[in-house]
Amino acid sequence: MVEVGGHIQSVERAAAVLRILGSAGKPLRLAEIASALGLAKATTFGIIRTLRDVGFVHQDRETSDYSLGDGLRDLGRASLDPHDLRSHAMNWSDALASRTRLEVLVAMPQLDGARIVHHVFRPDDSAQVLRVDEVLPFHATALGKVVLAFAAGIASPTPGLERYTQRTFTRRTSFDAEMRGVAERGWATEQAEFVPGVGAVAVPLRGFGGLGVGAVAVSGPLERVFRHAGPAMDDVVSATLETAVAISRSLGVRP
Amino acid sequence: MNGTVVAAIDQGTTSTRLMLFDRQGRTLSLAQREHQQHFPQPGWVQHDADEIWRHVGRLVPEALEQAGVDARQVAALGIANQRETTVVWDRTTGRSLGPAITWQDTRTSAIVDGLVARGEAGRIVETTGLHPHTYFAGPRLRWLLDQRPELRERAARGEVLFGTMETWLIWNLTGGVDGGVHVTDVTNASRTMMMDLTTLTWDDTMLDLLDVPRAMLPEIRSNAEVYGTAVGRLAGVPIAGALGDQQAALFGQTCFSPGDAKCTYGTGAFLLVNTGSERPRPGRTVLPTIAYALGDDAPVYAVEGSIAMTGSLVQWLRDSLELIETAPQVETLARSVDDNGGCYIVPAFSGLFAPRWDPGARGTIVGLTSYIRKGHIARAALEATAWQTWEVVEAIRHDLGLTLETLRVDGGMTSNHLLMQYVADALDVPVERPLVSETVCLGAAYAAGLTVGYWADLNTLSHHRHRAAVWRPQMDPAVRAHESSQWNRAVEHALGWVPQRPPAAAPRAERPTRPPESPSVAALPPATSSLGTESDPDPGR
Repeated sequence: MVEVGGHIQSVERAAAVLRILGSAGKPLRLAEIASALGLAKATTFGIIRTLRDVGFVHQDRETSDYSLGDGLRDLGRASLDPHDLRSHAMNWSDALASRTRLEVLVAMPQLDGARIVHHVFRPDDSAQVLRVDEVLPFHATALGKVVLAFAAGIASPTPGLERYTQRTFTRRTSFDAEMRGVAERGWATEQAEFVPGVGAVAVPLRGFGGLGVGAVAVSGPLERVFRHAGPAMDDVVSATLETAVAISRSLGVRP
Repeated sequence: MNGTVVAAIDQGTTSTRLMLFDRQGRTLSLAQREHQQHFPQPGWVQHDADEIWRHVGRLVPEALEQAGVDARQVAALGIANQRETTVVWDRTTGRSLGPAITWQDTRTSAIVDGLVARGEAGRIVETTGLHPHTYFAGPRLRWLLDQRPELRERAARGEVLFGTMETWLIWNLTGGVDGGVHVTDVTNASRTMMMDLTTLTWDDTMLDLLDVPRAMLPEIRSNAEVYGTAVGRLAGVPIAGALGDQQAALFGQTCFSPGDAKCTYGTGAFLLVNTGSERPRPGRTVLPTIAYALGDDAPVYAVEGSIAMTGSLVQWLRDSLELIETAPQVETLARSVDDNGGCYIVPAFSGLFAPRWDPGARGTIVGLTSYIRKGHIARAALEATAWQTWEVVEAIRHDLGLTLETLRVDGGMTSNHLLMQYVADALDVPVERPLVSETVCLGAAYAAGLTVGYWADLNTLSHHRHRAAVWRPQMDPAVRAHESSQWNRAVEHALGWVPQRPPAAAPRAERPTRPPESPSVAALPPATSSLGTESDPDPGR
């Protein structure tokens, strides 16, 4: 469908949509964009919905009109530096580890998963190794799910859903259902889906402007994170949520 | 909450903190207030002791409220403080008489030079373990009394009192003019240049040298005993522990055995190693000091090496060269290259401290070629901190035969993983970060809690300590040997840069462990504001 050295039509069309929105001076209706491009409304809608999902286009809730999104403006800005995030997160994540007696991980999104930028050992003096720079898969980890659901700029998960354990979501439909739950709750869990016997709870971190910039998670033996065959323990969830608020506030988010 | 807690005050250089800890040594609350820094003349740095005491009064209810406890639930209070900062006050009014002159202040250089010129340096080192220097409290006290001779007369009559910050706070907490207890602890007293490091008592010869009336001095006590009982908001709480901040960090890091070492990485760095129950012989590279003395137990000694510029070098990259926007981004920039590209920075901006002790050294960048990019500069800056740590550790190994098994770290720069890995690589020992980063407060709380039996013994405290991160050495020994030798060569370029110095004071160290030829003042560390006892401002609070 694409010749070597040739152009990818949908990318060209997406660029044209952005140009039109940028030069219009006012929000546009779908029909206006489609007619300006000489395209069918269905085709235009496909393009614009994708641009909206990655944050490059904003759709007004009331009028449904389209304009350039914040994600586009933020492209020009340096994104959050992982070492700045670690510095902001350090004291709070230490306190979270101390309170929950669990391992604490802070991660940022990248194309193939959630990259760990900070790691606090589980405070039980067992032998542990720093996991900083490890990349966690979107579909099998709590951090991956949260980053996928809340961080701007990530369009869709990895194509294949690789199996890590018996409990990994490998079917697209069940994973989509899981992700709808994450989006509703505002946080994600992991129940032995990546490493047997290991559970985790992850909560999004928000940076300047409320943009999802990363996630913080507690991780440990399944029975220390989840009630027996039940949901995540309330105190673990609330401690992680409070920590995420504190780190986000430190990053410049006003509650 | 139910149950009892231990409170600790960290009276630091820029702020005062009050923290509450539970029986597991976990943080329950933290209240903090910054106080004003006054710079009336170049080289003068002073605080207002009355302001600091007012802050303590406000921090107490804040911290109690945060944790949901009242004063009756506070089992004990411990105090840690910026060392060497000097206060003089009126026993009858309770008000300070003049500024609190801080450890960074260099106004006493003429007094110190005078002592050295009179050939007193040897005697001072022998008695106190300290080389005469503006760093220490005694010369500051003399300066204050010299300014106002009537104070010296009143001091001799016991109407004017001297103290370092813990003395000032304990006197006020226990009632001030109304029965305040006038005490100091051995670690703070060891930094006055007035205490005999062996007998742990005020030394008459030193008092004569500094013309200080004994009547104004606090009683020297151990680090863990009940000094008195608080009045006011903490009424009834025993004040049961006090340590200078670096010793408090050593205690909070549970460095209870000979060879246990901690390094606090802030604007400068302070490395202390527990050396056990025998006083280390006066070294010329690192200073012998008291680690702690618990109640009637024999004191435990330590050696201390300070590095002038660590975090402040990163701040210089940020503020003066504008290579980075924030301090943590130095790691991002340094990781943009694989190695230092042959470039070395020696951050001798105001001379070099331990173990080189060369005030005439100045900063250098060597090994520049067209290949060098800013990433190499960032990397060389971080490596300089690691190699300066290595020099102190090597000096301790050389002077005392002590070899470290691990280095426990704290302070703001421990968030820099590249640096921590490089420290582990340079030292060839694992580097450990503890879970509670507020080691200064924790150490004061531990001392106070031990006194009142809140914690049974040192062993119990050691069990509270948990590793939050460990960096293990990974460097090839051949690379380490090459890089350390390159570092030494780079330092040689920095030494003795400033001309017109007394001839005795130009040590050109060929090895990091070689001491200066004679312990004269010129070969000693310049007291400089770039040397911080505190870690970088805590971004998480």
